[in-house]
Amino acid sequence: MTARVTFGKDLTGLEGLSAEQIRTILDVAEPFKEISERPIKKVPALRGKTIVNLFYEPSTRTRVSFEFAEKRLSADTVNISGVGSSVQKGETLVDTARNLEAMRIDMVVVRHGSSGAAQFLADRIPSNVINGGDGQHEHPTQGLLDMLTIRDHLGGIKGHRVCIVGDILHSRVARSNIWGLLKLGAEVAVCGPPTLVPPGIEELGVQVFKRVEEAIEWAEVLNVLRLQLERMEAGYIPSLREYNRFFGISVARLERAPRDILILHPGPMNRGVEIDSHVADGPHSVILQQVTNGVAVRMAVLYLLAGGSPERAEAAKRESRE
Amino acid sequence: MSRPMVLRGGRVIDPSQGLDERLDLLVVDGRVARLGRDLDAPKGAEVAAVDGLVVAPGLVDLHVHFREPGDEHKETIRSGARAAVAGGFTSVCAMPNTDPPIDDPAAVGFLRAEGQRAGFAHVYPVGAISVGQKGEEMTEVGELAAAGAVAVSDDGQPVWNAGLMRRVLEYTKAFDIPVFSHSEELGLSRHGVMNEGPVSTALGLRGIPNAAEDVAVARDCIIAELTGGQLHIQHVSTRGAVEIIRAAKARGVAVTAEVTPHHLALTDEAVRGYRTEAKVKPPLRSAASVAAVRDALVEGVIDCIATDHAPHHYEDKEREFDDAPFGLIGVETALGVCIRELVVSGRLDLPELINRLSCRPAQIARLPAGTLAEGSPADVVVFDPEVRWICQPEEFLSLSRNTPFAGQELVGRVVMTIVDGRSVFARGADR
Repeated sequence: MTARVTFGKDLTGLEGLSAEQIRTILDVAEPFKEISERPIKKVPALRGKTIVNLFYEPSTRTRVSFEFAEKRLSADTVNISGVGSSVQKGETLVDTARNLEAMRIDMVVVRHGSSGAAQFLADRIPSNVINGGDGQHEHPTQGLLDMLTIRDHLGGIKGHRVCIVGDILHSRVARSNIWGLLKLGAEVAVCGPPTLVPPGIEELGVQVFKRVEEAIEWAEVLNVLRLQLERMEAGYIPSLREYNRFFGISVARLERAPRDILILHPGPMNRGVEIDSHVADGPHSVILQQVTNGVAVRMAVLYLLAGGSPERAEAAKRESRE
Repeated sequence: MSRPMVLRGGRVIDPSQGLDERLDLLVVDGRVARLGRDLDAPKGAEVAAVDGLVVAPGLVDLHVHFREPGDEHKETIRSGARAAVAGGFTSVCAMPNTDPPIDDPAAVGFLRAEGQRAGFAHVYPVGAISVGQKGEEMTEVGELAAAGAVAVSDDGQPVWNAGLMRRVLEYTKAFDIPVFSHSEELGLSRHGVMNEGPVSTALGLRGIPNAAEDVAVARDCIIAELTGGQLHIQHVSTRGAVEIIRAAKARGVAVTAEVTPHHLALTDEAVRGYRTEAKVKPPLRSAASVAAVRDALVEGVIDCIATDHAPHHYEDKEREFDDAPFGLIGVETALGVCIRELVVSGRLDLPELINRLSCRPAQIARLPAGTLAEGSPADVVVFDPEVRWICQPEEFLSLSRNTPFAGQELVGRVVMTIVDGRSVFARGADR
């Protein structure tokens, strides 16, 4: 583990992190994985810290994952969702933030439909802000848990070939994966209908496959993105059926690959659209392990932003046993 | 009438007469009485020594939004006209996208009267092209012109209906007023909040491609050619639009064009950090586009500079990028930005810059402005072309503060502004 890696106040995205910082988060997540396997899943690392989970968009996986991470570190948590709160009464984001701050909180995890919302909050309040997904910008903890999962299976990130498949244009998961994987030395590609691949994406340092067969030929890892129904309504693709036929990840397609391909998906899945059930439930799918790793990665992020040192992560894990 | 006035010893730059020399300027009865060396001051005249300063025809801005009626907390005709003179503008054309819009003669009369009552810059109304700016039914363009509208425009909204654009370009010929076009193809720009490119991809913000402007400018130029009407393209921001305008001009189409100081100075990198004060339509573009519009201005394909001064209240801008309104203010920074970007770098000399900020826009809208010829209205700007100053929005006279130039060093600043022979602004002694 590298010494003297420090973190800023916030985690708004992986674009702004160094390779060292990303590696440190993944390394710190390792000892935290084990905490979730214990009968008593709790360490006192964040005892006395108050954390608000501010979710403007519906979310099950990410919200619950953060909440478990916070609780397993002994933080006090409050969940606020868009529905049934002042958000629905038209309070502005900045006012909501200031009010939370006035209650003297330590950290905010924010999920919001607008790109830049996490940065907006981070610039205006002294608490640590963790981006739980902002619009089409970034979802840094998802990127981190994807990398942790890939590392678990391939032994590392550097030099491995990862292709992100699907709606790249609207995907915050894609952007966080691209930044994080490139920083750790992976080769990264994207593949999707050209209407859903943003212009200028090559300038980020990725290659683009127009056909999913080419991606499968090339990749060691496929990160399959959720295709939202709204994309069809907005005219980006003609139909879900056609999407599945040309871009869906099926057993038949994977069988033609020159190697076994690790299959990731950030969830929730549309079975039969972007991914067939036999693939999702198949031997190379690590989709549920991603979910398990999500808790550990989020514990690591919370711990490090709260000022925990990487060297003491092992000790923090042991503390509860002593 | 106000006292006679002598501006003594300034560098008089008046491109309308090809003048650039050290002269005295005598103003009597609100008009330029004489330009000459060592003029005698009439009895009781106010004499101002302006050595080392530039004396030029007051600047003319074809594109401002003064928000009255409807959004007086953002700007009023009075506050906007006052901010304008602080920036050296003595004539401005106010866009009709107020609430309600300026789409009938009474509204045009209101704007004129409020402008006159304020007594700062001359405020020339631009009437709406369509009733309610809905892009459907043409306004009473003749009545608007008779009431004082100097042009028509649906600015803020593009004229999506090509048939309406055809009819208004034909019909305005009877009244000899130009059609100002905010050229944007909504089918390509809808939902976009910034320039489409690597920066929008990295920020996860929805993009507006150059093509949204190019397609609309091409359509409008073709309709101008069909009709022979006078078309003025507002806020050109792309290389494609420049090439289309160049080609149209070469064919003899009656088309003119403006560019804003912010499109000459800033790229879409200014949006990074989700800076809503850099959210504007058309969006700040790539470096290649900025180079293209600068070259087009120098070459004359783009005729003039206009600010698209668009005030917004801070709470409207202090929010998520997607939800913040488009627009930024410009009348108090235009001269300093243009001298920095165009004169300091040697792209334009001062006389040519004044031509593009005063004489050319006055010609396009046929305003009695843009000249210091003897007998013309004494609308004069006096500025220090070399002073470097830091843009501090809290010092603005505009009611709004939404500028992406905050904290930047600008070059050249207005010292005094005279409208109809009256000193309406003097720095250090603001009224």
